[in-house]
Amino acid sequence: MSAVLEINDLHAEFRLDAGTVKPVNGVSLSVEEGQTLAVVGESGSGKTATALSILRLHPTPPCVYTGGEIVAGGRDLLKLSEREMRGIRGNEIAMVFQDPMTSLNPLKTIGAQIAESLRLHQGLSRSEARSKAVDALREVGIPTPERRAGEYPHQFSGGMRQRAMIAMALACRPKILIADEPTTALDVTVQAQIMELLAGLQERFGMAIVLITHDLGVVARSADQVLVMYGGRPVELAPVDDVFADPRMPYTRALLRSMPRGDVPGGAPLDPIPGAPPSLFAPPRGCAFHPRCALARPECAELVPELTEKAPGHKAACVLEGSLR
Amino acid sequence: MSEPLLSLRGVRKEYTGHFGRSKVVAVDDVSLDIRPGETLGLVGESGCGKTTLTRVILRLVEASAGEIWFDGRELLGMGRRELLSVRENMQVVLQDPYASLNPRMRVGEIVAEPLVTHGRVRRGRAEARSRVAELLESVGLEPGSQDRYPHEFSGGQRQRVGIARALALEPKLVICDEPVSALDVSIQAQIINLMKRLQAERGLTYLFVSHDLSIMRQIADRVAVMNFGRIVELAGTEELFTAPRHPYTHSLLSAAPVADPVVERTRRRIVLRGDPPSPADPPSGCSFRTRCPVARDECAQARPPLEEAGSPGHVAACFFPVRDAAELVS
Repeated sequence: MSAVLEINDLHAEFRLDAGTVKPVNGVSLSVEEGQTLAVVGESGSGKTATALSILRLHPTPPCVYTGGEIVAGGRDLLKLSEREMRGIRGNEIAMVFQDPMTSLNPLKTIGAQIAESLRLHQGLSRSEARSKAVDALREVGIPTPERRAGEYPHQFSGGMRQRAMIAMALACRPKILIADEPTTALDVTVQAQIMELLAGLQERFGMAIVLITHDLGVVARSADQVLVMYGGRPVELAPVDDVFADPRMPYTRALLRSMPRGDVPGGAPLDPIPGAPPSLFAPPRGCAFHPRCALARPECAELVPELTEKAPGHKAACVLEGSLR
Repeated sequence: MSEPLLSLRGVRKEYTGHFGRSKVVAVDDVSLDIRPGETLGLVGESGCGKTTLTRVILRLVEASAGEIWFDGRELLGMGRRELLSVRENMQVVLQDPYASLNPRMRVGEIVAEPLVTHGRVRRGRAEARSRVAELLESVGLEPGSQDRYPHEFSGGQRQRVGIARALALEPKLVICDEPVSALDVSIQAQIINLMKRLQAERGLTYLFVSHDLSIMRQIADRVAVMNFGRIVELAGTEELFTAPRHPYTHSLLSAAPVADPVVERTRRRIVLRGDPPSPADPPSGCSFRTRCPVARDECAQARPPLEEAGSPGHVAACFFPVRDAAELVS
């Protein structure tokens, strides 16, 4: 199967008064139809910056794309005009954000917000768009969608708002859905409902999902491929089972070891990672993880390892070879 | 068994609505005991009343009814002066290490403030500095950091400052309200280990509030599950995780994703239908019945009391306690 989205060596930097930061530093990834790629990282890892770059949602200035390409539908999105991009956003590539309260317009009804993209991209009439919006709400499991379409975001619960966001994102049947922490603001029982919903819709419509998350449990549940980011760089890229069973980047291994697990008895002390994630304003020399890495060698302070293949289909950015177990 | 350090009896907190809105019962008839030296976990989803309960215990908000006994004294009828002396033994660590430290105070002043308020040291004296240095060292910070401001620290370091402040008066009870939720995954384990070590060294008692079940399993000795202002299940941690009786506890455990793709693929999950009901318009009878996969007519008629449901000390508020999780999977 071929990739519907391919990013090659993408570089984006923000030129700010306080200095230049590089939150997207050489990111390459690809996602296939019907597949889910999870982009995982902690705060400041560049995962959200990467997600927003795909749709070119960073304002310029301060953001400058300094290299690479983002290929979708046979075109490099970085070469398109702003007008052409508007035809892609919400149409071929849609996005769901973390906080549905701040990403919905409080002054417009839910139905009108969904209808907007249908009228814009598909040229539907007001009444056609309206009835399609009701269908979209029904698809995401909102009861009495005819009535709910006429309500405002504040009348929806958190879980319902996220359903409405998903309905809006999927109304034009995008090929690619970018979901930025779609369940982080939700309670765990509601999170389970939304993840189940997304999985069901993906099976039905076959869209590719780029899932941005910090939650390794969410990754384990829903990803096919995983990209781990640290300090603005991709550090590991592999199928989900390989990342969890045999991580090749010491950061991934340390992260998995440090996490408390709900399915095994507690008691023994956890195995934390010392220190804190690096600041993008003052990244360490060499490998960004070396100051916290238990396996660091002298050369790690000097050279930045490239993402290279460590096992078939399994890439990591580390000087070490072989399994870390 | 030793006397509980903290005992709640029938504690209730209601907020009366303004502008014709109905009242909300945030904490509803909560009774529980915390024994000296243990960690009692309090778990529940947003809006279940867990934070309100901690605020009621600290008397940051006034309870509407009930009794709270701490170290042999009843708190709710207490005057201001007496309350101040009790609070020396009852401190709090808050969720957001960015919002809970005054950005205009140096870390040394922040940690010394409880000592000054309770007359243990005078502000700015050498003894204050050396006491603060000891406290900072005990939470893994450089003693020299007392001259720096909170913004110079990372989130995890700030939470360490918050812990040092809570320990300044050598309290018996520390109420921890989501102390690691705002921190990066790689930092959470540092703080959990620190809190466990401090508990062992100082014989602290924790009331540990969290929505995160995997953290609960690490830190708590017993866990109370809260839903709609009430305790719906309480048991020893391992028993609660391996043999829960309340359908709500089951669904919480089942909903929390596990960081292992092999486990995730083989797990049978309970996915609830519908939304949590609004606290302003609670369902009749059992508050979980509208989402419960095994609710029957009786559940709408009356509210199930918290009763023994398994080994001694395991209580659940359900008319039809779960024996086999397979009942819940549709």
